Order: sequence, then structure tokens, then C-alpha cells
Amino acid sequence: MRTVAVVGASLAGLSAARSLRKRGYDGRLVIIGDEPHRPYDRPPLSKEFLAGDIGEADLALESDDEDLQAEWLLGARAAGLDSADRAVRLADGREVRADGFVIATGAAARTLPGTDGLAGVHRLRTLDDARALRDELALGGRLVVIGGGFIGAEVASTACALGLDVTVVEAAPTPLAGPLGETMGGIVSALHADHGVRLLCGVGVKGLSGESRVDAVLLEDGRSIPADTVVVGVGARPCVEWLEGSGVALDNGVKCGADGRTSLAGVVAVGDCASWYDPHAGIHRRVEHWTGARERPDVAVATLLSWGAVEPGVPRPPYFWSDQYGVKIQFAGHSAGADSVTVEEGVPGDRSFLAVYRRAGHPVAVLAMNQPRLFMRWRKQLTAATS
Amino acid sequence: MIPACLLVDLPRGEAYRLDIDPPVSVFHTDDGEVFAIDDTCTHQDASLADGWLEGCEVECPLHASKFDLRTGAVDAPPAKRPVRTHEVLIEDGMIYVRPSTEAPDLPPCVASRLAGGPA
Repeated sequence: MRTVAVVGASLAGLSAARSLRKRGYDGRLVIIGDEPHRPYDRPPLSKEFLAGDIGEADLALESDDEDLQAEWLLGARAAGLDSADRAVRLADGREVRADGFVIATGAAARTLPGTDGLAGVHRLRTLDDARALRDELALGGRLVVIGGGFIGAEVASTACALGLDVTVVEAAPTPLAGPLGETMGGIVSALHADHGVRLLCGVGVKGLSGESRVDAVLLEDGRSIPADTVVVGVGARPCVEWLEGSGVALDNGVKCGADGRTSLAGVVAVGDCASWYDPHAGIHRRVEHWTGARERPDVAVATLLSWGAVEPGVPRPPYFWSDQYGVKIQFAGHSAGADSVTVEEGVPGDRSFLAVYRRAGHPVAVLAMNQPRLFMRWRKQLTAATS
Repeated sequence: MIPACLLVDLPRGEAYRLDIDPPVSVFHTDDGEVFAIDDTCTHQDASLADGWLEGCEVECPLHASKFDLRTGAVDAPPAKRPVRTHEVLIEDGMIYVRPSTEAPDLPPCVASRLAGGPA
């Protein structure tokens, strides 16, 4: 293999590039990034960066003395993959020919139809999004967050600490029920009320009002919530449109085997855009977690370099964390399919506890609030049980 | 030299946090060696004494960066900078730590707090 193109320059793409070099690949390495920035860490965008506690330099994922001997094409959006020509076509007309490809184009924040072009309406995915939102939050006023998921909850928490008047609107009866289940979703999202943030559940958003700038969020039950700033946090969609017609199989992202291989030889996919086969569950699923974007590229790179000669290990249970209102929330495993969840340590009311999800008596997931030490031990146990 | 704890009170595989400023963690590895490093992860305010000890490495309990107890070096992001290591002495069954004279590598939030800035 003489040239590898990594398409995507965030954590998954950078991790793949690092793994290529670590595994001895010494050929040409081209890293293509849609954003103009060098790889940066996204989790702080809704937390410390948004709060103004850390700056842009603190977000850099590369260390000062790191040199991957790569050609960086930044601010260059991939527009197509020509499998016959073995080339990535860029939006500006350039082409990058390669023998191996790592697809790491990530996901984009979903938007609400009809909200484009209205000032004061934000989403949060990129550094540029975070800069714009940070500047607006600094003005204070009333913030309405649409979506009570992790991004929405973290923005609400940060804005609350900055002194804004915050309301969170969630369409489902309980926020976070998808990842955490109803019971624990309710407990975790009770943090909003603890800190004087209004949480409105089970009601959809009909639209936004305002001439050039938003002034209210209109709910489907007829209520109107006054707003100076609105954040739309309603999930993300995989950035794979550019692969349509390329021959790479797509199904809610790039469809991949348990080792990251796509339907095309010499092409692997990693990170938020990739839907890997999960041999435990027997299904493909996209895992939109930082930890997956950091760990899985090494498996995919091993696949790319050997194409089938290396057996993939069993994937570790997915792990993610969230920081809200000074509380450390950690979760590992899959809650879907659990038939029970029990608090093993601490008290939910104290916002310091650990809960274990079980299926037929076997632990399948673990959730903790402010219990990092105990959580770490349970996470290791869960990993050992599934490997 | 700062006395930390008795060696018999620190089983192998466990860590002891010394509440000095900034805090220091003493680790007793499965091989019976004792090391001391800064307790705070260089990425964010996490206690490495709460982490996972394996061989001569401790994994941060929050975001999975691993630090080498012998050198302080970090293996992978999100942490980018090493932790300080400290000299350890065991005398009459007591573990002592001689704090490093180098400047600590603390995460931005903690560093500003220690400098007397806003918490």
C-alpha cells in the first residue's frame, strides 16, 4: 500500500492516522478535513469551552511535537469516492488517489425544518458553532434548548452557570430514555430542576417565532416560550451523502463488518459515520461516542493493512460520559434489552450513586453519578464479562 | 520527605491519595513496586488514584488516557502532557514521598483555581 487517504480530520480520522504510523505504515498519508481546523476535541465544546474556562489551544488533539508525516488537506470537503479510479473527489474539484481509504466523515447536527436564517438559533457540533454560541450566551437573557439529550442538557447546564434563564423542551415523555432507560433517564434529567432550569417534556416544537431574530419557541400544545437564544439539540445524522453511488454500502451510515471493513475492498470506516456489526447483539449500530472514535480506528487500520488476515477482537462495551451541573455522569454498555436496573451504591437523590442494568441476571450496562472510582471497577468487570 | 502511609496499609493493586496541594497518588503495583505521581490527570480534574492500575500504568477514570507510573508519560489523548513523578522511599515499613521540584502539569481549570483565579 503506497497511499492511504483518511477522509475526516477529527478524533476518528486522527486516531486512524496515528494507528497507521504506529503499525508501521510508512507510505504517503493524506488527511482530508471538511473544517479548516486541525483536529480538536469536541466534548468540551458544550462544557468548559462554552463556559469560557478553556480556550481554543486547549482543544487541540495533537501534541506540540507530534508529526505524523501526513499531507493535510483542510477546509476540503469530500464530494465523492470513485471506486474504479481509487480516488476521493473533493468539492473544489481536486482528486486524491490512494490505495487505501479510511472513511471518518463523522456526523452533522440535525436541524429543525424552517429554522434556517433566523438569528439567535444555534446548533452545536463544530468549533465554529461553539464560538458563535459562546458569544451569544455571554449576552445573557433567556435560552430555550430544544432537545433534552446529552448535548442539550450540557448546554443548559453551562448556560445556567453563566446566569441565563434556561428552559429545556423535550418531545419524549422522559429525556435520555433511549440511552439510559425511563427510570434512570428521569433521575439524571432531574438535575435540571435541581438547578432551577425548567424542563418541559412530552411536547413537540411547532416552530419558532421572530422576524429576523428568534423571539419565542412555539410548542405543539399552543404554548409560546419567550427566547433570546435557541439551541437545537436534536441529534445527529451520519455524513455519508458523498458516498452515494460509490458502491460503499450505506444503511444509517457506512455499513461495516465487526472489523471496520466496508463493502469495498481497501475501504474501512470509523467514528460517528460508521455502523459496525456488533457480534453480541447481532445487529449493525452506529456508536456516536468519543471513546469509539478513539479506540475503533486501530481495529479498522489493522483490517486495512492486512485485509482479513487479522481477527478483530471483541469490541469493548461502549462508554460515554457527561458533565452537568458539576455532576459527573458515566455510562458503559447497552441499556436496551436490560430487564432490570438496580442502585448498587449511594442514593439517586444525593446525585451520587451507581446503578447496574441486568438482563436475565447478567450485568449489561452500568450508570454512575459522581462515582468515578466505583464506576471504573464496574466498567472493567463489564468488559471482562463480554470478552 | 512527606510520610504517606504504611506499606502494609496499601495492598498491591491499590492507590493512596496524599492530600497535599496539588495532591499526589502513591501506587502499589501487582509486582510489588511503589510509585508516586501527581494525582490529577493533566487533561481534566480527575483523581488518578480512582483510576485503573494495570502493570506500571494507571488509566484515568474519566477519559481513559493512561500514564506510565515510572516516567509519567501519557499514551494517548485526551491527555497530552505527562504527570510529574515523585521519588518514593520506604523506611521501617513507612512510605515517604519526596515531592518533585518541577512545576506540575495541571489541567487548565485546576491550574487557574490554584493560581487564585475564578474556580
